[in-house]
Amino acid sequence: MNGIGVFVCHCGSNIAATVDVKKVVEMAKLEPGVVHAEEYQYMCSEAGQERIAKAIREKNLSGVVVCSCSPRMHETTFRKCAEKAGLNPYMVEIANLREQCSWVHKDINEGTEKAVILTRAAIAKVSLNTSLVAGESGVTKRALVIGGGIAGIQTALDIADAGYEVDIVEKTPSIGGKMAQLDKTFPTLDCSACILTPKMVDAAAHEKINIYSYSEVEKVSGFVGDFTVDIRKKARYVDMNKCTGCGACMEKCPSKKALSEFNSGLNNRPAIYTPFAQAIPNVPVIDPSQCLKLKNDKCGLCARVCQAGAIDYKQEDEIVTRKYGAIVVATGFEVIKLDNYDEYAYSQSKDVITSLELERIMNAAGPTKGHLERLSDGKAPKNIVFIQCVGSRCADNKGKSYCSKICCMYTAKHAILIRDKYPDVNVTVFYIDVRTPGKNFDEFYRRAVEEYGVNYVKGQVGKVTPEPNGKLTVHGVDLLDNKQLKVEADMVVLAAAIEPSPEVRNIATMLTASIDTNNFITEAHPKLRPVESPTAGVFLSGVCQGPKDIPETVSQAGAAAVKVIGLLAKDKLLTNPCTAKADELLCNGCSACANVCPYGAISYEDKLINDHGIRKTHRVAVVNSALCQGCGACTVACPSGVMDLQGFSNRQIIAEVDAICR
Amino acid sequence: MKYSYYPGCTLRTKAKDLDTYARKSAEVLGFELEEIENWQCCGGVYPLSSDEIATKLSSVRALNEAKVKGQQLVTLCSACYHVLKRVNDDMQNVEDIRVKANNYMKLDEPYMGEAKVLHFLEVLRDEIGFDELKKKVVKPLTGKKIGAYYGCLLLRPGEILGFDNPENPTIIEDFIRALGAEPVIYPYRNECCGGYISLKAKDLSAKMCDNIMDSASGFGADMLITACPLCQYNLTKNSKATVPVYYFTEILAEALGVKGEEE
Repeated sequence: MNGIGVFVCHCGSNIAATVDVKKVVEMAKLEPGVVHAEEYQYMCSEAGQERIAKAIREKNLSGVVVCSCSPRMHETTFRKCAEKAGLNPYMVEIANLREQCSWVHKDINEGTEKAVILTRAAIAKVSLNTSLVAGESGVTKRALVIGGGIAGIQTALDIADAGYEVDIVEKTPSIGGKMAQLDKTFPTLDCSACILTPKMVDAAAHEKINIYSYSEVEKVSGFVGDFTVDIRKKARYVDMNKCTGCGACMEKCPSKKALSEFNSGLNNRPAIYTPFAQAIPNVPVIDPSQCLKLKNDKCGLCARVCQAGAIDYKQEDEIVTRKYGAIVVATGFEVIKLDNYDEYAYSQSKDVITSLELERIMNAAGPTKGHLERLSDGKAPKNIVFIQCVGSRCADNKGKSYCSKICCMYTAKHAILIRDKYPDVNVTVFYIDVRTPGKNFDEFYRRAVEEYGVNYVKGQVGKVTPEPNGKLTVHGVDLLDNKQLKVEADMVVLAAAIEPSPEVRNIATMLTASIDTNNFITEAHPKLRPVESPTAGVFLSGVCQGPKDIPETVSQAGAAAVKVIGLLAKDKLLTNPCTAKADELLCNGCSACANVCPYGAISYEDKLINDHGIRKTHRVAVVNSALCQGCGACTVACPSGVMDLQGFSNRQIIAEVDAICR
Repeated sequence: MKYSYYPGCTLRTKAKDLDTYARKSAEVLGFELEEIENWQCCGGVYPLSSDEIATKLSSVRALNEAKVKGQQLVTLCSACYHVLKRVNDDMQNVEDIRVKANNYMKLDEPYMGEAKVLHFLEVLRDEIGFDELKKKVVKPLTGKKIGAYYGCLLLRPGEILGFDNPENPTIIEDFIRALGAEPVIYPYRNECCGGYISLKAKDLSAKMCDNIMDSASGFGADMLITACPLCQYNLTKNSKATVPVYYFTEILAEALGVKGEEE
């Protein structure tokens, strides 16, 4: 041992205001092995790093303790600094004096006492550190994008344009996602299909993009650069290679009772169907729950009319196994179920609809061919009331605590479109707040109010009552006027909250990516790493990370693509050397470690062991360091203390505990 | 099956029908309502101030009596049900109230909210079952269009009362169907009739009752049924509408063929 250097950071006043940094330096100097200790205002700055490097070189330090912020923030920074100065980067330890000390204490005496203890623990640990060398692993130059909405399509196009192969896995029969269902887009009012479908065509035509539609991710193993993924291609009962997309089968299909998912369940579709006319791929699927042939072996009409002979009732699900270097989650959102909001009479009246249903009604390809009409009697409405924040910004546990972000703008869009096309229709919007940050967004909302005469009422709605004459009464409150209001309406539109697609939980589990209490996937850092998940090689695109509109989704999709390209451009990746290691001499092969390993990194081998001159064959645990993520579960599970995590060995942890308890 | 029964004061005065027909029906349906001894008025209103103990004690006494007998506590009046259930919830979950109430009561064994409170309708739905009830009906009310009037005390706060979905309840509609009649669903069935405001501002209650009655008759109801004596009073005395309002137990007794036996 040559000696340990301790570097205490003020972090401006973040640490120094609640911790007496000079005292920490003094106390550190008293610890065994410490040959150097100093404090500085910003240790992470260039000048601060130079201080560390200088001390390493001049005092020939064998270990470094940096007392600063969380290691999640700057451990890599200081490791790189040490490496440049000639020290093994794994000889650096961080004592977290900010998040775990100064930020949670108010009293400087208490803060200082704890800071000294944390520093002591880090010194005790670093004196047992050993030099570790990162290994290398290869990179499969192909990316997987889960979800084929606008987020997934844009990410795939950007990655493919950089020259890398991309597979899109989409669970529905066509790519396009929610954007394909929209009529117009805010704030420019351009037609959604007109800007989306060319991108869908580009994706399908791109030589580097391969689309697995009507498919789901079944299993994921491996790690960054080397994922192995099983994809379930659900049986379409239609041969993709033979089908010409003529549509004769859909016309002839006698089973037309299924509700059209694409039209939000407002009309019906046949059992053999493509979700919409511009579907990609333009190959229908047979819904086995509706098909008469598949259900009771009657019919078979589609096979008879198919000129190409593409119908195959015997088709089965197929599992495809592919390798990927990176995975992008772009699973998108759903509109919440309105079961908890019976006060708005959604389940009681056909004329109470969601905004997504209104999109379909307004769309020329929708169930009413674009005519604004009541679903109960087909009459043209004269008064329409929009209710904002249905299930968003809820203080109780009925709905979501968050703002769904897109509703204020699409409601303004709906109001403008209706007032523009049907100037005699009165439009009232009940709102809590109108939130319109975004380029040209507030101007758009102002136009709704000032040019189009939309009646915005600040206040919430308590109840919608269907009346015997077929109309609806909206019982609300006008907070600015401090008055109770009863508004007569022919149609009520609910801006229902959005939530992550339900599959995302399952996908997050497969990817070991974490999700928050609302099922949004957690990003690696909310500000600085917004498109990466904390799991290496897993990236986020679109609403799976949080509510977003189209422009924001497209930006994030591009950002995720750049991160993927940056990864795929590398030929080798450095692996984390802090992996588990088994002591062969002590291991009795009990399997306790393999049973708890979430990564399948532990296997067993029969090894010839020389135990004090006695040669015998033992069943012993072997860790695959490429698969091991260093979680440490095995070290705790092992009954004989055979498993040790390099960089976090049992001895090191005990030394830390001893130092804290001293 | 034997249940502890808490009638409540109104059922001894203004709302005798609610009580009488419930007892007769119970006999036909094969369960016994055993009136608990020394019950007192529940107070009629759940006291919202969190340090109010005295007005909760009557409920605690009744609840404890049911517990000691090892029976579930059945009640009929919406207000009694509301107060008993909320006080029981306090005894289970609010330590301060539990300690103070028990200190005052000095019971042999402290009461911790062990009793289960059931509304008579819940007995029909969850214990007897509406399908079984249907089998016992001898004079089905075929052709009658009946509106269920829930009011507010039976339903809210939903998470404590757990009686039915407060915004779109179905229990009384299912009950009406079991008796062979047709339920009329109208949006005001879970709105307030005004309750005790009737004493102070009759016109306000009248307005609220008119909304309810107009909506019900607009959707074609020939009559309304309720479980609450105060709702029954307000709807019949304050509203200018003429739709008759009965207690649910009355049409139950009628369908079971035991209504005409009295007097």
